[in-house]
Amino acid sequence: MKKRRLITRSIILVILLGALGYTLYSNFFMSKEKVKVGSAAPDFVLTDLEGKKHQFSDYRGKGVFLNFWGTWCKPCEREMPYIERQYQHYKNLGVEVLAVNVGESKLVVEKFAEKYGLNFPIVIDKNQQVLHAYDVDPLPTTFLIDKNGKVVKIITAPMTEREVRDYMEMIKP
Amino acid sequence: MNHVKCECGHVNPFGTVLCENCGRALAAEGEGNSEKLHDMRYDGSARRSQTYNKTIVDKVWNFFSSVKVGVWLIVITLIASAIGTIFPQELYIPSNVTPEQFYKDEYGILGQLYYQLGFHRLYGSWWYMTLIASIGISLVICSLDRVIPLYRALKNQGVSRHESFLKRQRLFSESYVDNIEKNVEQVKKNLTARRYRIREENGNILAEKNRFSRWGPYVNHIGLIIFLIGAMLRFFPGMYVDEVLWLREGETKEIPGTNGEYYLKHHQFILETYQKEKEKDVFQEAIDRVGDGSVAKNFQSNVTLYKKQGDSLPGEEPKLKEVKDFSIRVNEPLKFDSYAVYQVNYKLNELNKMTFDLIDKKSGKSFGKVVIDLLNPEKKYDLGNGYAVEIASYLPDFYFDDEGNPATRSRVPNNPAFVFKMIAPDRPKGETSFVAIQQTIEPNENNKYKMKFSGIETKNLTGLVVRKDLTLWVLGVGGAIFMIGLIQGLYWQHRRIWLKADNGKIMLAGHTNKNWFGLKNELDIILRDTEIQKPVDQKQLKE
Repeated sequence: MKKRRLITRSIILVILLGALGYTLYSNFFMSKEKVKVGSAAPDFVLTDLEGKKHQFSDYRGKGVFLNFWGTWCKPCEREMPYIERQYQHYKNLGVEVLAVNVGESKLVVEKFAEKYGLNFPIVIDKNQQVLHAYDVDPLPTTFLIDKNGKVVKIITAPMTEREVRDYMEMIKP
Repeated sequence: MNHVKCECGHVNPFGTVLCENCGRALAAEGEGNSEKLHDMRYDGSARRSQTYNKTIVDKVWNFFSSVKVGVWLIVITLIASAIGTIFPQELYIPSNVTPEQFYKDEYGILGQLYYQLGFHRLYGSWWYMTLIASIGISLVICSLDRVIPLYRALKNQGVSRHESFLKRQRLFSESYVDNIEKNVEQVKKNLTARRYRIREENGNILAEKNRFSRWGPYVNHIGLIIFLIGAMLRFFPGMYVDEVLWLREGETKEIPGTNGEYYLKHHQFILETYQKEKEKDVFQEAIDRVGDGSVAKNFQSNVTLYKKQGDSLPGEEPKLKEVKDFSIRVNEPLKFDSYAVYQVNYKLNELNKMTFDLIDKKSGKSFGKVVIDLLNPEKKYDLGNGYAVEIASYLPDFYFDDEGNPATRSRVPNNPAFVFKMIAPDRPKGETSFVAIQQTIEPNENNKYKMKFSGIETKNLTGLVVRKDLTLWVLGVGGAIFMIGLIQGLYWQHRRIWLKADNGKIMLAGHTNKNWFGLKNELDIILRDTEIQKPVDQKQLKE
C-alpha cells in the first residue's frame, strides 16, 4: 500500500517534470539550426562564375572552407583577401574554399572577384536554397567541413587572417 | 498504516476526520470537541498528502499539493506577466537598433534595468515557462489529492449517520411527531418529486441529488491541463510553423517551413482603394472626409502553388507540378495540406528595370536604348554600328561609406548607380561616367557621349506569412472540457438530506456544497404536508 503510493506518486511526478524538462530543453538547448556541429553537411549543386557545376559531395576527402557572403557586407569584404592568401597555401594541402554568394547578380559578383583577385570557386545561390538548407542567418557565416563531410565548426563572426589560417589548419585532411 | 476504527465498527483510512460510514467525528476533531458545526470540506475524508511525509517524493508531492502554494504560483505569474507589459517586448522593437541601446535610450535607467533583468523576452524565458508548468503540476497534484479521497468518501458514505453528525450539520431540525411513518412517507414522496435519489437503512434515509456537480472543478482542471499540453506541443518539431515569405512579381520561391516541398509563384500584387465615382452614393461623404483613394479596399496577391516532384539537391532547378492558382487576400489565405499562407504586407513599385539612351551630348542624337534589369544586369549591351555600353560597376543600393567611397547598402535595387563605359566608333577605348538617380559625374568633364535616363519599370512585392498549427484542436478540446467543468460545477449543487427517526423523534439535516438559500427553499417544498419542522440554519444562528 505504502509502496504502491510511492510508485504512483513517483510516476506522476516523473511524467509532469519530464514534460516540463522536455519543453525547456527543446526551447533552450536543442539547437534549431538545421546544420549542427558534428552533423553531415547537406549536399548541394551550384554553378560558379565560369559556368562550372560544383557538387558539394565531390569534395569528399578534402577539407572544405564553406563561406557564405554578399558584396554589400563589409566584414565579408574585409576577410576575402585573407581567405584568398591562405587558400593559395592550403589548396596544396587538401583544403578547398567554396564561396557561396547569397544570390546577387552575376555582374556584381564578377566585378567583386576581379577587384580582389579571387581565385577560389565562387558560386551564386540564386534562389537562396543552399542558404536555407544551411540555415544561414548573419553574413558572413563560415562552415568548416572535414574530409568526411562532417561539420567541424560554424563561424558566424568576421575572421582575422590568423583565424582563417587556424581554421584551415583544422580541416586539413 | 494505522487505520482508524470508528465506534460504529467501520475502518477508515488514516487521517479521516469524519467516519465514512456513520459520520462520527474522529481523531483531531474528537467527540468531546466543542466545535458546533462539522467542516464538510471534502466530506471529512483523509487528504493523504497531509498525512504522509516520508520520502523526498512525498515532500515534493506535498509541496505541489498545497492550494496555498498554487495560489502563490498564480500570483507570482500574474505579477511577472504584468511587468512584461510595462515596456515593449524584444519582438516588437525596431530591428535597426540593438535591444541594449533601444531600452536605454528609450526608457532610461529603468529600461536598462528591464533589459538587464531579461524582462525584454519574459514570456519565453526559462523561469516564466517553469512558473506556468509549475501551475500545471500544482493543478494535477492538488486535484488528484482531493478528488480521489472525496470520491471515496461519497461512494462509501453510510446511510445511517450518527446523531452527532446530524446535529453538527448547518441545517438541522428535531421534531416530535405523532405518526412517524406517515410523515416519513410524505417526505419520501416529496423528495422523489424533487428528483432525489433515496437510500434507506433501518429507518434512516439519505436523499441525494446532483453529486456530479462535485466533479465540476476537477473536470475543469482536466480541461486546463489539456490546454497547457496543447500550448507545450508547439515546441515539438513539425507541430507549428510561422514563417515570412517575400515575393517579387514574377518570382518563384520555396515556401519556408514546408521542407522544400512546396513552391509559390507570385504573378501580381493588387492594392485597391475606395474610389469616389465607383462606390455607392451613401459612401461619398465618408470617402470625401478621408480623401479620395486613400482608404484601402483590397490587398491581393495572385499566386500559383507548386509541389516539388522527386528529389533535387539545393541549388538544382526543382521539377515543379502545378497544384492550383489562387488569389490570396486579407483573411482569405491560401490553404494546402495543413498550411495556410496569409497576406500581411506589401511593397509597391520596387525598381526593376531602368532604360537609358546613349546620346551625343551636343546634338542630342540617340544611338540606341539600353534596358538594364536591375536584378541581373548584363556586362555589355551592344547597340550595333560600333556603339556599345559596358557596365564597369553596379551598386544596387548606392551610398557613400565611411571612407567616402561609393558602396552598396544591400542587394535590393533601392537606389541604383552605375559606372558606364560608353564605346563609340570615334571613342574605341570608351568614355567613363558615373550615373546615379538624378546625377551624372564625369571623371574628365569632357565626354562626348552621355547615358540619358529615359524610364523605369517597377514591380510590386508581396509579404506573406506561412502558418501551420497542429495544436489548435488540442486547445479546442481543452477549452471545451474547461467550459463543461465550469458549467457542471456552477449550475448544479450537490444536495443531501439525512433523516433519522428515533423514539418518536425525527431528526433532519441538510447539506449542500453551495447555494444554501436554494436548499432552504427546496426544503420548504420537501417538508410540505408534514409535521417536521423546518431546519434552522445553525451558522446564521451563531452569527
